[in-house]
Amino acid sequence: MPGSLLAQFNMPLMPEQASEFAKPYDSIFFATTALTVFFIVVVVIMITVFVIRYRHGVKADRSNAPTSHMLLEITWTAVPFILAMGMFFWSSYLFVQQRIPPKDAQEIYVIGKQWMWHIQHPNGIRENNELHVPVGKDIKLVMIAQDVIHSFYIPAFRMKQDVVPGRYTMQWFKATKPGKYPIFCAEYCGTQHSEMGGYVYVMSQADFDKWQANGGEKVKETDLTPVAQGKALFERYRCATCHVDADTERGPTLFGLVGKTRDFTDGSKKVADREYVRESIVSPEKHLVKGYDNTMATYKDDITEDQLLYLYEYIRTLGGPSRKPASAPAATNQTGTTR
Amino acid sequence: MRASTVKNPAAEAPKPESNYLNNGHTIASWLLTKDHKRIAILYLISVTIFFAVGSFLAGLIRAELILPRGVMLENETYNKIFTLHGVVMIFFFLIPSIPATLGNFLIPMMIGAKDLAFPRLNLLSWYLYIIAGLIAIVAIAMGGVDTGWTFYAPYASMYSNSQVSLTIGAAFLAGFSSIFTGINFIVTIHKMRAPGMTWFRLPLYVWGHYSTSIIIILGTPVVAITLLMLLAERTLHLGFFSPELGGDPVLFQHLFWFYSHPAVYIMILPGMGVISEIITCFSRRRIFGYEFVAFSSLAIAGLGFLVWGHHLYVSGQSMYQGMVFSIITFLVAIPSAVKVFNWSTTIFKGSVRLQTPMAYALGFMGLFLVGGLTGLYLSSMATDIHLTDTYFVVAHFHFVMVGGAVMAMLGGVHFWWPKMTGKMYNEHLGKLSAAITFVGFNLTFLPQFAMGYLGMPRRYHYYYLWPDFQIYHILSTAGAFVLAIGYAMPAFYLLWSLKHGKDAGPNPWGAKGLEWTTPSPPPTENFTTIPIVTEEAYNYDPELAEREETLADMLEHDYSPEGAGN
Ligand code: HEM
Ligand SMILES: [Cu+2]
Repeated sequence: MPGSLLAQFNMPLMPEQASEFAKPYDSIFFATTALTVFFIVVVVIMITVFVIRYRHGVKADRSNAPTSHMLLEITWTAVPFILAMGMFFWSSYLFVQQRIPPKDAQEIYVIGKQWMWHIQHPNGIRENNELHVPVGKDIKLVMIAQDVIHSFYIPAFRMKQDVVPGRYTMQWFKATKPGKYPIFCAEYCGTQHSEMGGYVYVMSQADFDKWQANGGEKVKETDLTPVAQGKALFERYRCATCHVDADTERGPTLFGLVGKTRDFTDGSKKVADREYVRESIVSPEKHLVKGYDNTMATYKDDITEDQLLYLYEYIRTLGGPSRKPASAPAATNQTGTTR
Repeated sequence: MRASTVKNPAAEAPKPESNYLNNGHTIASWLLTKDHKRIAILYLISVTIFFAVGSFLAGLIRAELILPRGVMLENETYNKIFTLHGVVMIFFFLIPSIPATLGNFLIPMMIGAKDLAFPRLNLLSWYLYIIAGLIAIVAIAMGGVDTGWTFYAPYASMYSNSQVSLTIGAAFLAGFSSIFTGINFIVTIHKMRAPGMTWFRLPLYVWGHYSTSIIIILGTPVVAITLLMLLAERTLHLGFFSPELGGDPVLFQHLFWFYSHPAVYIMILPGMGVISEIITCFSRRRIFGYEFVAFSSLAIAGLGFLVWGHHLYVSGQSMYQGMVFSIITFLVAIPSAVKVFNWSTTIFKGSVRLQTPMAYALGFMGLFLVGGLTGLYLSSMATDIHLTDTYFVVAHFHFVMVGGAVMAMLGGVHFWWPKMTGKMYNEHLGKLSAAITFVGFNLTFLPQFAMGYLGMPRRYHYYYLWPDFQIYHILSTAGAFVLAIGYAMPAFYLLWSLKHGKDAGPNPWGAKGLEWTTPSPPPTENFTTIPIVTEEAYNYDPELAEREETLADMLEHDYSPEGAGN
């Protein structure tokens, strides 16, 4: 029966509003819709009326038909212009808000690869294709791709950001409504692009704490936090052969590196951030710190994107230099504070 | 038969002995022709075939999506099909469609010239286009390509195992074909206008092509270079775009869209020109605001080069960069709005005939309006975050490119068919096909706006992760089949008219414009004597037009079945 057939389908008209961004987003969306509908109605009515009234064979006054009118031209240029500028400012304002996360937002790492989303919580819980978050907390996703471009998209949050190989991108949200919402990959990425997705589970704080205490109800690959894993990697790759707790002839110290401005041999300067740390491990030759030669080998082929994230987390915990620059390299392969 | 128009006694004159169609019947006389009109016909046949292929692929895509887990295709096959649908429709149908067919046929006639400036180059560009098409077919035979028509790196350069290089080669050649056409048009319009044909007496159709040709010759070389870079990265591992080789993937998108956004205007500006011709003729009115319509084409062509970054708001480009692109994108929307207002006002106080070309033109206005206005959602940075790469975008660009450019193409083919072939087609079927196309189109693509807003990503073969989208997919697929009927109909009644249609005479619509002063089909050299232009374009008089009757009017009123092709 057609009735019951139709009843099989639900016909949702809008996605859920499950983040703080969703409401102001929908306001702009509906304002634009109102404007669109208004212009369509005006033009369609105008055309219909003219066509009927001036149909060939219908009696009408056709004398002195105008062929131009400056004031009219200016009006219908200016009015759309003003409306467009209004929309531009409103929309850009919201965009900027969506791109500048609160300072203390909780960071979660997302790594996109063909065809899966790897998610890494700060306490060491990993998930694939699922993201559990507490309601009402500012969450910042720091994202990178391992192979091709992907795009991390949660319609219920009205947020999306491409996930690009070789550079970190970011987006943030504050979930407002517990529930299960789809995650999609929105940038075409190959054979199983359509299956590269999963769900975000927004939970009350209590549920989330329970989930976390159970280790995410998943078998964890390791119980180490990213910092601890970073430290282990730092030791495994013997980074400390050259990078100790003060600048040496072999290499600059990494203590207090993150956030500091670096001077490079080519005269340029840069604040050492996540991007810089990654680049220095993958292609150290790109920016040489003043006073040093290109002696560090690239770790490009040995290190994965998640390991790079762990190393960054670890390096970020290293405080300021603990001693004055040493004149001779201490034959040490460990840093003072990490033991 | 009565005289076809009061104003055109030439209709009663005996049929010209020789016209461009009967001047040589061998295949070689067609394949080696330097006549712009014959080349236009060659193009018309070729783009129609490509359109049929592309539409068939669209039908497969639509059928597949009825169920959340797909109906019949593997995901790999599906990816190849939507890629081919895009490549065929963009590079082999939309970009050449109006310029290479109607433009080729009409530009010399509209400006009072015997041919284009470079007839041999014109033929060469058709051959390049055909070779490109053959290469594309070889690429399909060898396994197809699965990158999407946008060829994004590093997927296309490093990760796709399909025939990317061949397909890029095909797109590259097709690009050169359109560059040659563009150069030919610009030189022709500059150098070969008849005496008295000043710039401001040019038909707006010619202005549309002039603007398009500027975009073609400035933009197409950029995409050609970009595709070569991609090829070099793929085959020689030169690092341009892939971070593994030291490149930047977002750079590819900048270079690609620098051409491909203006390419949308390559598709739509000639369409707008067609609409200006049709609206004026079937309203019997001088166009309202000639200069504004002409200059808005140039404004669109110029500003169109500065907006490519609106495809990249969520790509990781800086948000300040995004804001610059956003504001210019809003600006470029305004000349399009101006055109719509001017066309609407042109109907005011006209003597309106709702014949087939006008039906298509009104359909164009409705669909282009929706396509244009939904562009605002994508120019706005905030709304674009959610909507980009979803079906909202798919709906938007189909409204502009299919609702706009294809409607204009069909309107134009119906308008100039009597000129090209000397025959009238069945007016009732013509109007019916316009109506079916309009309804089918809306049924196909309106649901996609809703689907996109709900979050359905584009280029998805499955949506079982969130099957709520299904009802909209079903509606859309149903619409596609209605639309297919609307598109297929003209192929039948137009071909039918070749044999059974009434003779059109030089000017069955009672239109102005030099192309209507010469016999239908025109003789090889277009005009027996080079015309001298003494008046503005569209010098129509609606009051007078109330009293005159054209062949088309007569066919519409006392339609006799033994006549125009039932
Ligand atoms: C019967 C009419 C048509 C239907 C039902 C249709 C349907 C579709 C569908 C479902 C997609 C795939 C969307 C996605 O998954 O991203 C698509 C993509 C596309 N269509 Fe159409 N289409 C039609 C006609 C056309 C025409 C006439 C053109 C151009 C003249 C066109 C140009 C494109 C392009 C460029 C793409 C993008 C391909 C890509 O994502 O790589 N379509 N179309
Ligand atoms: Cu993906």
